Amino acid sequence: MVSAGRKWKLASRMIAILVFVFLIGPIFAIIPLSFNGGSILAYPLDGLSLKWYAKVLDTPRWWTAISNSVLVGTATVALATPLGTLAALGLSRSNFIGKALLTALLMSPMIVPTIITAVGIYFYFAPLGLANTLTGLVLAHTALAVPFVLVTVSAALSKFDRTLLRAGASLGAAPLSTFRRVTMPIIMPGIASGAIFAFTTSFDEVVVAIMLTGPAQRTLPRELLSGTRENLDPTVMAVATVLIAVSAVLLLLLTLIQHKARKLTQKQR
Amino acid sequence: MSVFSFKRSIGGLLLVLPLVLFLGLVFFAPLAGMLGLSILDKELREVLPRTVATLEHWDGGGTPPDSAYEAVVRDLFDARQTKTAGMAARRVGYHDNGLRSVITGTARALPKNISGVADWKETLVAADQSWASSGIWQAIYRSSGPVSDFFLLSAIDLRRDATGAMHRANNEGLYVNVLLRTFVIALTVTLICLLLALPTAELLASAGATASSLLMLVLLLPLWTSVLVRSAAWLVILQTNGVVNQALMKLQLIAEPLALVYNRTGVLIALTHILLPYAVLPLYGVMKSLPKNQMLAASSLGAGPVEAFFRIYLPQIAPGVSAAGLLVFILALGYYITPLLLGGAGDQLLPFYIAYNTTQSINWGLASALGSILLVATVLLYFAYVRLVGVERIGLG
Repeated sequence: MVSAGRKWKLASRMIAILVFVFLIGPIFAIIPLSFNGGSILAYPLDGLSLKWYAKVLDTPRWWTAISNSVLVGTATVALATPLGTLAALGLSRSNFIGKALLTALLMSPMIVPTIITAVGIYFYFAPLGLANTLTGLVLAHTALAVPFVLVTVSAALSKFDRTLLRAGASLGAAPLSTFRRVTMPIIMPGIASGAIFAFTTSFDEVVVAIMLTGPAQRTLPRELLSGTRENLDPTVMAVATVLIAVSAVLLLLLTLIQHKARKLTQKQR
Repeated sequence: MSVFSFKRSIGGLLLVLPLVLFLGLVFFAPLAGMLGLSILDKELREVLPRTVATLEHWDGGGTPPDSAYEAVVRDLFDARQTKTAGMAARRVGYHDNGLRSVITGTARALPKNISGVADWKETLVAADQSWASSGIWQAIYRSSGPVSDFFLLSAIDLRRDATGAMHRANNEGLYVNVLLRTFVIALTVTLICLLLALPTAELLASAGATASSLLMLVLLLPLWTSVLVRSAAWLVILQTNGVVNQALMKLQLIAEPLALVYNRTGVLIALTHILLPYAVLPLYGVMKSLPKNQMLAASSLGAGPVEAFFRIYLPQIAPGVSAAGLLVFILALGYYITPLLLGGAGDQLLPFYIAYNTTQSINWGLASALGSILLVATVLLYFAYVRLVGVERIGLG
């Protein structure tokens, strides 16, 4: 019986390890292809070269896409972060019938299939002249991104010890100053995490971008999609690699922030 | 409860208000609009207002009232000037594709000047013979809106005939097949994900702190990488001369490259890759909360590993399994880009047809009807999910 248990455990471990390889493998497998000296997307590499990156930088189309993506991502963060933070603060300090329903509704852009959001917003924006504008894209991305801010700030608030607020008040601090000097520093990691989530949501989003952008508003994922479908070459892999690098840096940043936040709450207690 | 005074609640609601307004305008209004478009049917009414008005009192049988002929001539004469006859033709064409040309043809064939027309019926029938029979009139009558179940029925391959009875549409069950395919693929991906996620989450939960945080990064990096990049990566890896085929041939496991993309296999592999982290994370959460030595206790009391797994472990992680499964299933219904890049024509899911009818065939009514079906299915499952896990745990952390 013991050996049967061992076998089970061994098989389970093997599968788990293969799953981790399966998860990370494809991402790492395409990165070297962007440094290929030749133009074929297969191994072995035909020498190493940065020429595909140079080609991306030499193409105005990619430049437009990069600047559109950064612009839209930044504007989305600027809108979604305050909207989500205020709502999280509001929900945490109130209690009413239907609060759970309201919360579920405010989170729903995260769950509703993006194609539905994209098509719905397209039908709605087209008559308003907001289709094929960056403004329209920012508004749509903000709707998609705001639940993530709500989640991260709410999570930070739920760990936060309310007696601190009363302590602040009993020591004579005005509500606003308690907020600024007690609440803000504690939920700051939550807000920062939310902002990172918001940026990623916008920066990686392609389905809404298909519906809401014309040639002049194309974002990086939108160009990447065209490249993948029409002309799959190492420049596409170079852009994909850049997107992977951005994701990795943001994930690392997020991990660091959450690590620090955990230390902070531990100190508090 | 004491911290939640009435005054605080009002203040709190004021803070939520900006987001409620924003999402109301930018998210919920568009969704409501899409639901509306699935039942609104105004195209014909806008192009042929007089015709629709005269047919309002018709009973739909035999030939229409005499005034209708004049109405059609005047409406199509105007439509020719404003170049909107194509719109009306398109809408009539949804009803019966063969009648499309009757509208456009008549609009072209009408005389240059209709102020001197004495016999409207003769003029109209001279422009196109079809106006003498009832088919085209039925089509206009049935398509005149302003609301109808036409698009919703089309989304499940049904249509009404002249008497209003429902029949199977003549499209080889296209959309019912799409709905079934979407359901089957989502279910398959969910089952694969759960099977793979169980051992993976178990390893994560039982590994030491350092190993566990490292593995967590390995799990989160794909989750953070855009779906588009991951789909493109799979396309490159799985293609005929891609990494996977190269490796299998080098190992002499296969002689010819396998067809792994532009088919069901490619879609299943990539969707599993994309959704697996969503299955692992909730399972990991549940497993982490279980006391470590429970299984040891079970085996010391004489339970074999299989028995201990089914009687002790599984019942406790069951809520996690259903939460993970439900979440993966909901998400799997909505992917557009992944099947687009990795599937063939027969592997496209509901989102593809929503996009196709929006941008290619420009049938917004049908796109909205298909979208409404997907939206309603998602919302129902979402509420089941919220009930299961609790609203404060929707966030995936």
